Amino acid sequence: MTAAIGFEDWQALTQLYADYAHVVDAGLWEQWPEFFTDDCIYRVQPRENFERGFPLATLSFESKGMLKDRAYGIRETLFHDPYYQRHVVGLPRLLRADEGRFEVEANYAVFRTKLSQITTVYNVGRSLDVVVRTAEGLRFARREFIYDSEMIPNSMIYPL
Amino acid sequence: MNAPIPLAELTAGSMNWERGTSRIPFAVYNDPALHKLELQRFFYEKHWCYVGLEAEIPNPGDYKRTEIGERSVILVRALDGVIHVVENACAHRGVAFCRARHGNVQAFVCPYHQWNYALDGRLRGVPMRHGVKREGVVQGGMPADFNFADHGLTRLKVAVRGGVVFASFDHDVESFEDFVGPDVLRYFDRLFDGRKLTILGYNRQRIPGNWKLMQENIKDPYHPGLLHTWFVTFGLWRADNRAQMVMDRHHRHAAMISTRGNAGAVSEVSRVSSFKQTMNLHDPRFLDIVPEAWWNGPTAVMTTLFPSVILQQQVNSVSTRQIVPDGHGHFDFVWTHFGFEDDTPEMTQRRLRQANLFGPAGFVSADDGEVIEFSQQTFDAKPAHRTLVELGGDEVANTDHMVTETLIRGMYRYWREVMAR
Ligand code: FES
Ligand SMILES: [Fe+2]
Repeated sequence: MTAAIGFEDWQALTQLYADYAHVVDAGLWEQWPEFFTDDCIYRVQPRENFERGFPLATLSFESKGMLKDRAYGIRETLFHDPYYQRHVVGLPRLLRADEGRFEVEANYAVFRTKLSQITTVYNVGRSLDVVVRTAEGLRFARREFIYDSEMIPNSMIYPL
Repeated sequence: MNAPIPLAELTAGSMNWERGTSRIPFAVYNDPALHKLELQRFFYEKHWCYVGLEAEIPNPGDYKRTEIGERSVILVRALDGVIHVVENACAHRGVAFCRARHGNVQAFVCPYHQWNYALDGRLRGVPMRHGVKREGVVQGGMPADFNFADHGLTRLKVAVRGGVVFASFDHDVESFEDFVGPDVLRYFDRLFDGRKLTILGYNRQRIPGNWKLMQENIKDPYHPGLLHTWFVTFGLWRADNRAQMVMDRHHRHAAMISTRGNAGAVSEVSRVSSFKQTMNLHDPRFLDIVPEAWWNGPTAVMTTLFPSVILQQQVNSVSTRQIVPDGHGHFDFVWTHFGFEDDTPEMTQRRLRQANLFGPAGFVSADDGEVIEFSQQTFDAKPAHRTLVELGGDEVANTDHMVTETLIRGMYRYWREVMAR
């Protein structure tokens, strides 16, 4: 690991990861797209496809607009059993740091709790991210969740 | 093993069919003994089950591990290029020796005692077959009459059509073409017309419901325009679209054929509560639909091949969806998205983008798994009750509209015929 950044950048980066987890765990779907740049890539992909070079992802978005469409879908069009999700995210592992651009990997586990039911491990894996500095602060230009939990317990409604 | 069990005996007291098959007893979904019989009658005899696409095993030695019913099988291309399907169960003491999900090998070797099999399943090597010599005396070894030909892996009958591979444990099964029947085969051939396929990737989901509920879901043209807001709002699937419901002569397979109509227009069908007159996409590329010559008209054809697979064409998104039961109350649903070798990079991108509509997270299919789960909850709680599938009456017949549950009634007519044998 050769990448090195200053304390302020490190602090902003870890805050970004913590804030992101807060928003998707609190169900603040309107705020979720705001973590991304306009032409962002957001993907949730089974590890098998990633490792074998298959392009298919379970969710595959190519713009902030698509994230907004997903947020609308969760609220208005997708029928689903309500559930809580809870992210536990490991410390970001910095792969590369350039001026205003960071390549980062982070392990994560997401627990799912359906109303009146036992909490279960829902999805685990790592995210492969590109974070860029913008006028509004750090934003994700790319977020790819590569998940080990290839057998999805029925459905995936909320974004990781 | 196959002594017929009278349906009445199997289901004493709890299974009460009314009005043909238009009222389905909840008991068909939640009886472990019935489930075992279904596995035998539908998955292990007289039927062809989906195992994969030729494009998944392009080279000699390539294999893919998958399931038929609840049995593990291996789809493999032998060194001479011929496709075989063998059961993943060592002929010695039963070890399911193949653990990787895919790979490339010269032979299958069971780890336990190193029995060695050719890729077509023939037994090639047995360690210590002739015993072990100590101080000039041979000790042990297999009996003199041990015959390799009697102890290969279980070999399945294989059918390949249009790049799709089906297999059957039953070597007396009718031909794949007769099994599907000409009326549904037309739609199979429309999708798999001989062009080489390219694999785009997999999605897997485990649905806590009886496996037949997924067949029903794709034989149910009533729900898409209601449950799936996207479908009705963008006109992809609406009750007033031009449509046809086509079954094979046994009513076990079906094709639901639909042609996209009025997106957004107000009509009788758009007065349903899920219709969103004001819904606009921030990014319209989700629905960047480009008609393809091979469609020959219909924008969506959903084909159910009983019992094991669903073939999807929804505009530019094409996939196979394999049903792998696990007990009466669960099944795994394995999606293989593909394209065609002559696709432009733009078409590949479009298929991948439209894949956001389907799969375990799809805008118009994540909710199918949800409603199946909630159906099963009721079946388990209330086994003496029944469902009602009477849209369009109680007869079983092809229709030229989608306001009907006739395909589900047809499937259970077939189910009863086979289960009561
Ligand atoms: S169980 Fe396979 S070699 Fe003995
Ligand atoms: Fe559906």
